[in-house]
Amino acid sequence: MKDKPEGLNRRAFLKSAVAGGAAAAATAATVVLPQSAQAQAPAQATPPASPGYAFLNPEEAAFVEAMVNHMVPADALTPNGVDLGLNIYIDRALAGAWGKGDRMYMQGPWKQGVPSQGYQLPLTPAELYRNGIAAANIQCIKTYGKPFDKVTDAQREEFLRALRDGKVVFENGPPARAFFNTAYQTVMEGMFGDPIYGGNRDKAGWKLIGFPGVIAVHSQDVVKFRDKAYPNNPVGIADMS
Amino acid sequence: MAKKLKEVDVVIVGLGWTGGILSKELTDAGLKVVALERGGNRTTQDDYALPGVRDELRYVVRHDLMQNTARDTLTVRNNISQEALPMRRLGSFLPGEVVGGSGVHWSGHTWRWTDMELKVRSMYEERYGKKYIPADMTIQDWGVSYAELEPYYEKFERAAAVSGKAGNLRGQIQEGGNPFEAPRQNEYALPPLTKIHASEMFNAAAKNLGYHPFPRPSANASRPYTNQYGAQFGACEYCGYCQRFGCEANAKGSPHVAIIPAVMKSANFELRAHSWVTRVIKDKSGKRVTGVLYINVLTGEEFEQPANMVILTAFALNNVHIMLTSGIGQPYDPKTGKGVIGKNYCYQTGTSATLFFEGKHFNPFMNAGGSNDTIDDFNTNWDFDRSKFGYIGGANISGGFNTNLPIGYRPVPRGTPQWGREWKAATAKWYQAAMKIDASGAVMANRYNYLDLDPTYRNAFGQPLMRMTFDYKENEHKMGQHAAQVINDIAKSMNPTHFTPAVARTDPWTVVPYQSTHNTGGTIMGVNPKSSAVNRYLQSWDCHNLFVVGANVFAHNSSYNPTGPVGALAYWTADAIRNQYLKNPGQLVHA
Ligand SMILES: Cc1cc2nc3c(=O)[nH]c(=O)nc-3n(C[C@H](O)[C@H](O)[C@H](O)COP(=O)(O)OP(=O)(O)OC[C@H]3O[C@@H](n4cnc5c(N)ncnc54)[C@H](O)[C@@H]3O)c2cc1C
Repeated sequence: MKDKPEGLNRRAFLKSAVAGGAAAAATAATVVLPQSAQAQAPAQATPPASPGYAFLNPEEAAFVEAMVNHMVPADALTPNGVDLGLNIYIDRALAGAWGKGDRMYMQGPWKQGVPSQGYQLPLTPAELYRNGIAAANIQCIKTYGKPFDKVTDAQREEFLRALRDGKVVFENGPPARAFFNTAYQTVMEGMFGDPIYGGNRDKAGWKLIGFPGVIAVHSQDVVKFRDKAYPNNPVGIADMS
Repeated sequence: MAKKLKEVDVVIVGLGWTGGILSKELTDAGLKVVALERGGNRTTQDDYALPGVRDELRYVVRHDLMQNTARDTLTVRNNISQEALPMRRLGSFLPGEVVGGSGVHWSGHTWRWTDMELKVRSMYEERYGKKYIPADMTIQDWGVSYAELEPYYEKFERAAAVSGKAGNLRGQIQEGGNPFEAPRQNEYALPPLTKIHASEMFNAAAKNLGYHPFPRPSANASRPYTNQYGAQFGACEYCGYCQRFGCEANAKGSPHVAIIPAVMKSANFELRAHSWVTRVIKDKSGKRVTGVLYINVLTGEEFEQPANMVILTAFALNNVHIMLTSGIGQPYDPKTGKGVIGKNYCYQTGTSATLFFEGKHFNPFMNAGGSNDTIDDFNTNWDFDRSKFGYIGGANISGGFNTNLPIGYRPVPRGTPQWGREWKAATAKWYQAAMKIDASGAVMANRYNYLDLDPTYRNAFGQPLMRMTFDYKENEHKMGQHAAQVINDIAKSMNPTHFTPAVARTDPWTVVPYQSTHNTGGTIMGVNPKSSAVNRYLQSWDCHNLFVVGANVFAHNSSYNPTGPVGALAYWTADAIRNQYLKNPGQLVHA
């Protein structure tokens, strides 16, 4: 049941380039390298074809692209956030059930309560994102004269920190911190979740840390690799499907 | 109007661990049993198979197997002066909503709670004096002893494929096990799991300081196994996807593997999935129940299922909610201390340290649900003198890993930025090189921690949500301080490159992030109907043909995970029904 024949992974891997819904849209044009060649060139992801957005409007897309590239800049370790598909992950998450408030209790009355009572806004994640971006851009223009995607790197850093620390107050917007927390969480989900959701392209997030992804069995490895490096060649759901 | 169905002998409400056990035992006794389960019927083959089950986003972050808070949730507050607000999405705890219940996605740590818990008030009073117990700490004896439960603990451990090492076999202390555990008649069903490197390191350090580390007993089969129902378990794959996932290898002791397939074979049994029970119906005398009302959540139709006996096995919190919406038993009032339904709700506390060892390869993605070594020197060790620290109960302290997937687990030393190049470099450097030492601490019952119905918010069925009023008290704060100190001393002795120390919790309980699904109390067991909701056989003091099974009967919470005694009490109740109640239906205990 668990022992997948060796050859299957590679075959499945080739197949995966056109599977996986949202991810496929962005990677269909990708030339698929054999896994070994891939492992040698972790930082050279194929530039994505124009992705197309399902939820974000142009202003929002510009904000998200700037944010993911700032939080995850390109360097020797990984490509930048857009090349990793983080903007696509976020767009698809906001367009889908989660963004629309699936599983959230959305009945009033609405009160803020105390922090220990958790999230109490009458906004779905998609609404929080949309209103948060609009309010953040207003604030950026006020402070720096330009929207978030047009400010300098240093200004962007300063602004994100202020958001995180609750030092920015949105006028007529949702609490800045609630917006930041959701935005940050989605960046990390895109980077470290399975590539079938559109982010973590070429499993670069997993390669960064040496996470093997969808492994089947570690019963022997748990002894064999005790305090030893495990091969860094992650497999995603699409590779195994 | 609800459509009235044909009467059956027994209705089981919720088909997780306790529902599975009661269904098996009562169909074996020849009774016609219908199980009503709000969730769908998922199987390993179709739903927990590779590769789809290895999906952190779906199962950990988006709660695929768990209660849908859009339909039903709780309101929460820390004290009675606050206004409770709804938990708008899951966080602190994650009750299941599929056939198999939370038992599908639990980790499997399986403990035997000892007389130190079951006789908590009498043992502490005897040793430390009556005054040692604070006035608002409403702890009480449970009405059952370890010796009585011992055979049922064993039955549950065998059903659930628990791997471990005995520390006390019939009074003889065993090398490698927990020397502080209560005497066991027999070894565990299976030998302990393979130790991972972090557990080895913790074990050595703890030993070095004079403590008594042992492998955490866990319902993760260390090798292939067949239980008493003929259920076949594969060996644990150390896949690292345990907690919050169904097990692809059928190596985790889960009801949908261990027991439900055997029940399904019985002609006496019927499962109705997607059936949400809203309340239990009482007869005019108020001394008997006549069945339950439920809604088919796929069609919205309402049904009345008449039954000779009703058994609530819907998980601790849901059991209490159903008792409250059914109006059975007097709701608890913290102002007067009177009433029993909702009383003594408890949770757990904890703290942890992260240790960074440059150059190590812990491979945090390779582990079983129970790959931790643990010390009980400050927990079940009754010789440990609590009066020096001024608390009651204890904390078990462990090192190792259990389900550390990268959306949620990417440790970096303090002071590392949260994004950017430096963050990325630190994440790459330390992911493999960090381990944790955790404490799980007991919570003693308190007069002001309780459950009742919310005055404002309602669920999808138009019923009031349950309201949870809970916070940590001085006892937990003192215990947390002590546990943090023990953890930090062990951590320092290991000479890590960096180390983020454990800090005792002082802030209020919060509804985020995840802490544990170890919610207890609310319909506690006991010897007196004035101070408990059910008797020692988990039978309602009010309605003799109603049994309420789950951690809701715990009179307080220990530092251990709850399912060992939850399972044992389910078997104990089944025995009482089969051997006493069926012969002579009525109150089993006359108080
Ligand atoms: C992430 C996680 C990790 C855990 N790890 C551990 C561990 O390591 N060790 C340990 O001891 N415990 C652990 N637990 C707790 C353990 O899962 C529970 O103690 C155990 O499953 C309780 O059994 P139960 O029968 O009371 O409830 P469950 O197994 O949850 O079953 C209850 C069932 O009732 C159904 N139900 C609820 N309400 C209704 C209704 N109104 N109508 C119809 N059906 C209903 C539910 O859908 C569910 O299927 C963990 C829990 C979680 C969530």
